[in-house]
Amino acid sequence: MDRFANRKNIVLLMILAVSAGLVMRLFYLQVIDTSYKLSAENNSKRIEIVYPARGLIYDRNHELLVYNQPVYDLMIAPFELQEFDSTELCEILKIDMMRLRSGIRRVKNPQYRREPFLKQISAETYAVLQEKMHKFPGFYVRSRTLRKYSREIAAHLMGYVGEVDEKMIESDGYYVMGDYIGVSGIEGYYEELLRGEKGQEVLLVDVHGRVQGPFQGGRFDRNAVVGRDLVCTIDAELQEYGEKLMKTYKGSIVAIEPSTGEILSLISTPTYEPSLLVGRPRTENYIRLEKDTLEPLFNRALMANYPPGSTFKPVHALIGLQEGVISRNSSFSCVQGFYARGVSVGCHFHESPLNLVEGIQNSCNAYFCNVFRNIIDNPDYSNPAEAYNIWRDYVMSFGFGSTLKSDFINELTGFIAPSTYYDHYYGENRWNALTVISLAIGQGEILTTPLQMANLAATIANKGYYYIPHTIKSIAGLDTIENRFTERITVPVDTANFSIVTEGMDLAVNGGAGSTARIAQIPDVIVCGKTGTAQNPHGKDHSVFIAFAPKNEPDIAIAVYVEHGEWGASYAAPIASLMIEKYLNGSIDPGRKWLEATMLSRNLLSEQ
Amino acid sequence: MKDRLYIGEIDWIAVILYLTLVIFGWLNIFAVSYNNQFRSIFDLSTNYGDQLIWILTSFVLIILLFAVDHRSYYYFAYPVYGIAVILLLAVLLFGTEVNNARSWFRIFGVNFQPSEFAKLATALALARFLSGWDVKIWTWKSMLTVSLMIGLPAMLIAVQPDWGTALVFSGFVLLFYREGMPGWVMAMMTFFVGIFLITLLLVPADLVIMLVSIAFIVLALLSRKTKHVMVSAAICIVFYFTTMLLTDVLPIEVTQYEVILIALALSTIVYLILIYKYKLKRLLLVLALLSGSIAFSYTVDYMFHNFLKPHQQMRVNILLGKETDVQNVGYNLNQSKIAIGSGGFIGKGFLKGTQTKLSFVPEQSTDFIFCTIGEEWGFVGTTLVIVVFVALLIRLLFLCERQKSKFARIYGYGLLSVIFFHFSVNIAMTIGLFPVIGIPLPFFSYGGSSFLAFTLLLFIFIRLDSVRKVYVI
Ligand SMILES: [Zn+2]
Repeated sequence: MDRFANRKNIVLLMILAVSAGLVMRLFYLQVIDTSYKLSAENNSKRIEIVYPARGLIYDRNHELLVYNQPVYDLMIAPFELQEFDSTELCEILKIDMMRLRSGIRRVKNPQYRREPFLKQISAETYAVLQEKMHKFPGFYVRSRTLRKYSREIAAHLMGYVGEVDEKMIESDGYYVMGDYIGVSGIEGYYEELLRGEKGQEVLLVDVHGRVQGPFQGGRFDRNAVVGRDLVCTIDAELQEYGEKLMKTYKGSIVAIEPSTGEILSLISTPTYEPSLLVGRPRTENYIRLEKDTLEPLFNRALMANYPPGSTFKPVHALIGLQEGVISRNSSFSCVQGFYARGVSVGCHFHESPLNLVEGIQNSCNAYFCNVFRNIIDNPDYSNPAEAYNIWRDYVMSFGFGSTLKSDFINELTGFIAPSTYYDHYYGENRWNALTVISLAIGQGEILTTPLQMANLAATIANKGYYYIPHTIKSIAGLDTIENRFTERITVPVDTANFSIVTEGMDLAVNGGAGSTARIAQIPDVIVCGKTGTAQNPHGKDHSVFIAFAPKNEPDIAIAVYVEHGEWGASYAAPIASLMIEKYLNGSIDPGRKWLEATMLSRNLLSEQ
Repeated sequence: MKDRLYIGEIDWIAVILYLTLVIFGWLNIFAVSYNNQFRSIFDLSTNYGDQLIWILTSFVLIILLFAVDHRSYYYFAYPVYGIAVILLLAVLLFGTEVNNARSWFRIFGVNFQPSEFAKLATALALARFLSGWDVKIWTWKSMLTVSLMIGLPAMLIAVQPDWGTALVFSGFVLLFYREGMPGWVMAMMTFFVGIFLITLLLVPADLVIMLVSIAFIVLALLSRKTKHVMVSAAICIVFYFTTMLLTDVLPIEVTQYEVILIALALSTIVYLILIYKYKLKRLLLVLALLSGSIAFSYTVDYMFHNFLKPHQQMRVNILLGKETDVQNVGYNLNQSKIAIGSGGFIGKGFLKGTQTKLSFVPEQSTDFIFCTIGEEWGFVGTTLVIVVFVALLIRLLFLCERQKSKFARIYGYGLLSVIFFHFSVNIAMTIGLFPVIGIPLPFFSYGGSSFLAFTLLLFIFIRLDSVRKVYVI
């Protein structure tokens, strides 16, 4: 034995010590520290979102209005990038070299993920690119769909689809960055039906992001559910015709089918082409539209608050009749105006005295000042404020002063002043009918939206009830639309009283001398209507007209606003009558073509 | 006397341990490369098919080994060493360049790596030299000779460049130690290599605290006298509180490292008083060593931060696995730890690994084969592999010590040194305890040359052992 033989023990000790150290470290890595298990999960799987096709939108006659077109996002997988002919790629994509370089550099996590490099390349570009794809390793194409419109109409009604922002992602867990979402109109309100349900494929990937197959046999995969198709209530022909008529005016048309509350057309002009807010140029176009002084993005039909003017007179008549403060035969005289205790409201020249029907026919201001005075100064109530509140309740029952709860996201309420408003302004018990007499002719502290006025026309057409105006007729795969749209809402005014008002509105159009809206006459159809002028403190007054037709079993109720059109009869009534005629008869009578031509030739866009 | 084969004298324990490692190793290579296109285990286009051929080839070689007269290993040790050196020179000139290194010959479609066989040749040559009658390793002349013997091939391999394999030659230190290299040389080498690595791997301040604690615990354990233990404890406490106090008192600009050094200097006064009072001369030595190593550590740290440019620092950090780098060494290490860690206690099961299979771990069937074991077989599997390796090493240690022949014993220690170095460094680097230097796990890793070289290395020794009763060279 040599004298170093004992060193074998030291060697043995070293082997054991080192091995023990390795085992201890492994125990820590594999048993104690769990963080590595999570990293492994994330390492090896990739969740691919499967986007379902968004639901299609048809008009009430099942004409396809909104559908999808495929677009292609060029994706980049930085890890897989190899040398490629950058000049050629730039030529195909029609971008410059700077853009290509910065795009590649911008890709955030250069390890596993694929990032969008160029979004929404056109089908033509894609066709060229696809054939040469093999020349550009590391680039992929992901297909998405964008909205496409068969007619450039109803931009406000349809709304648009945009990309979700961070706030939406935070508030709704469904969305992730890059998802599309309906922002306004039908697209916005019916987002959850239209979008369907995203699916996912969980894929097993290797370090280069190359797909190796489904993760755990596709156990976590979810099929995408296609969005539901919607049949909307609008009549595309009518909508298009209305937009054509209104092209040179600021204003709005809302047409409703009284028997259902279905909105036949909803027009707000100036409008824009819906395809402007689709795809890559959306942001740019949106900014341009937003800056336009004509406010094409502003949906006047729902959001413009106008004083209703004389179109509100039928409401006073109905309340007065129901309250028993007037009757069909109540007659009041008019000396080109209403004068009482220092209050004067002017009127135009007409026969005098008039009964109720004639009062509506002639739109006599004095007549309705008296009606309103009878309502508010009704001795049955302890004071004018109490009577006013009764009046206000009636008015609110027609859907004024609050939203109609229609299927719009951005509907506004209008304004019907509460009695406290006047208490505050004049002092309690220090005001009466005369103090607030301008309400009698639809002016003063009263604001309504075109949608609410169309609903008023529908309520009168139905002689006492309405259905909440809505834009959707049916939903594919569902039996009904939302319940509230099929429930009749009754106004607390008797049918008989409506008949009297209807007579007046008939005569306003079809009566003899003194009728305010004779221009709205249509051959073979009895149109009932009421003109109005909405006071505009900033310039020329607005022309307003509400109507429904035919008189018996009406099919259409309509409200038309033409800003700066001054008299109801000058713009709103002719346009409304053309709309009615178009809808009921399908075409314009040759004898009225001149009227159509006149409306099309005039231009009030530059009016203030 | 005629050289005969003594089948009964073959050490079957070592052979069985070898076969266990080979079979388990192959199963793991199979697991890494297995996919849906599985045709046959002999499918040569796959790693496992290829490796199986190598395994079978090596079995044939083992038989040939036993047929050769055992004395030729002694007689041909120098010629074999010479050929190895010539091959290493040749590969630098005519080798195929793979990954910027000239390490391979490509002959008839087969890759051959001379550096793997250089280890075998060096082990033989060292055994031949050190088994000489008059050779004493602790003489300067012998030390110089053996240094040259391992330095020449290591240098040739290092310039390929293949630093990992070159470093393997430092593993022969274990053999020198057993054969009489002074213990303090061994101790100092281990100590300073340890400090060097830890300084770069850990926060230096932690290292200093560690060193101080260890030094005094060692002192206490060595003397085993109550008063020494008490003094050691006192010193630790004094040092600790001085550090705490200084951390609060000194301005923020002073680094923690410097705080500890100042604390050490201040508490040295207390130590000296204690040393004087209790007449602890040995404590002086410990104190000197401690100061020396801290000074060394500080120097390493200072040089690292002040002499290396940031990108060079990063390169060192990546090499040490401290920084993750997407496509390089640091990345490998991180992925390797994820793979092993995700295996948990019992693993994901055979063929169920995702990390290794999906090439998240690079070099997965060669240098990082241990990841597959860790992922699919879990802590149970990794421990088992370590246990089998340790069993083989201990068996080899036992076999070495029973050799009458000095040549056989020294060769056996050479074999032991190489396997121990590969085994410990390979596993340590996959779990982040050692810089990633890229050397294979013996008998496990995919690769014909290294598998063949390890098998030859082992079975030459088993052959020598089988005749231990008959011949003494
Ligand atoms: Zn009048």
